[in-house]
Amino acid sequence: MNAQSAPADDAAVRPAAAGGEPGLWFAFSRIVARDLRLALRQRGDAAMIVFFFVLTATLFPFAIGPETNLLIRIGPGVIWVTALLAVLLSLERLFLADYEDGSLEVIALSPTPLGISVLAKTAAHWIGTGLPLIAAAPLIAIFYSLPADALPVLLLSMALGTPTLSLVGAIGAALTLGARRGGVLIPLLILPLYIPVLIFGMGAVDATLAELPAAPYLLFLGAGLLLALPLSPWAASAALRQALA
Amino acid sequence: MSAFFGESLLCLRGERLVFADLSFGLDPGDALVLSGANGSGKSSLLRVMAGLLRPAAGRILWDGADIFRDREAHHARLHYLGHLDAVKPALSVLENLTFASALRGVSDMQGLSDALAFFGLQAISDRPARLLSQGQRRRLALSRLLAAPAPLWLLDEPSVGLDAASVDALVEAVERRRQSGGIVIMATHQALPLEGALGLNLDDFAPVDDAGAHAPLEMAW
Repeated sequence: MNAQSAPADDAAVRPAAAGGEPGLWFAFSRIVARDLRLALRQRGDAAMIVFFFVLTATLFPFAIGPETNLLIRIGPGVIWVTALLAVLLSLERLFLADYEDGSLEVIALSPTPLGISVLAKTAAHWIGTGLPLIAAAPLIAIFYSLPADALPVLLLSMALGTPTLSLVGAIGAALTLGARRGGVLIPLLILPLYIPVLIFGMGAVDATLAELPAAPYLLFLGAGLLLALPLSPWAASAALRQALA
Repeated sequence: MSAFFGESLLCLRGERLVFADLSFGLDPGDALVLSGANGSGKSSLLRVMAGLLRPAAGRILWDGADIFRDREAHHARLHYLGHLDAVKPALSVLENLTFASALRGVSDMQGLSDALAFFGLQAISDRPARLLSQGQRRRLALSRLLAAPAPLWLLDEPSVGLDAASVDALVEAVERRRQSGGIVIMATHQALPLEGALGLNLDDFAPVDDAGAHAPLEMAW
């Protein structure tokens, strides 16, 4: 907080005289807070994603029968695939609403580097979809009678993997902004990039079920996240600039 | 050299030549009114000036520095008001303005409510923006200009949907900005009483005829 400079704040021409350039963290936190507030006021969207996740995952036992060994075998895979599809469903809205009402121009034309703003929007997207999916995963693990000791590894693999899904998805969402039927294009662009996350996320749980160490798989998931963290905002902001030109 | 200066600008949208060899120079206190037929490139020129759209040729300088070299610094000194109001229906009037100003590092609540009061929105500052009329949404967009000071205003049809009193308020805001050394550039079809405003007619920079304009471009591709 800076003290009020009483005189001459009417005639302030340079932004530095009024508020100054916002700190990166300040702008980041404002964007996250605003997106979360919007998500909270439009709760239906987030709830729908979680319902989709739970309902799709419960379809499989009906289709293939309630044989416990089979369910344990396919459980981790089903959870990961349906979580991934649920994230895909939510991606289209990531930038589209802001693009359509002009807010994206305001964000892109602020002094904050666009990459930071993209990172903030992606973080809010993960909190709004990734976290609820992780919270719902234990429920589905029970449907598939996964042993309790596999549950921490499942949740940890999702905690490391779903942020990567949001980050990589942001590139797809940004690339398809100008396009007609962008919602259909996103899966085509993004699904191939999701495969490594799926393999290592699955692998971690499978390894635990086979009483092998899960650490190598989790390390790969972490490495993927660290790679996506700087690269995805950079690529997505380049795509957004293209869409706004 | 002028403070805000553009030289031999050439703008392409898709493969269409919008304007060519356009130059301008503006100093603190200047206002520039862009006119021209629909599709003559008024909005494109404003987007070029904002740094959203890169000109195919030419350069734009602020205090002698190319605006595309340091985009963030250029964005910090400009307000751009496009066709869209950038108003979130789910947020209240004040929340909308608070967010837009926070992006520019302004969190001074007094300044925000002054800006709302200037455009007559203070009484409804708690109202969800989805309940606003089109003119009220436009006024909310305009109040962003006052909430966070910036020396360069780029306004695309700012008076669309405004009632007479709000148009007067807009003119007063623009004149005050100019008096304190700002530069205001606007595209408008409505004649606004701006003192000593410069004019630029985009029709003068349009390609002479379609065939002549397209032939060299197709060779370039």
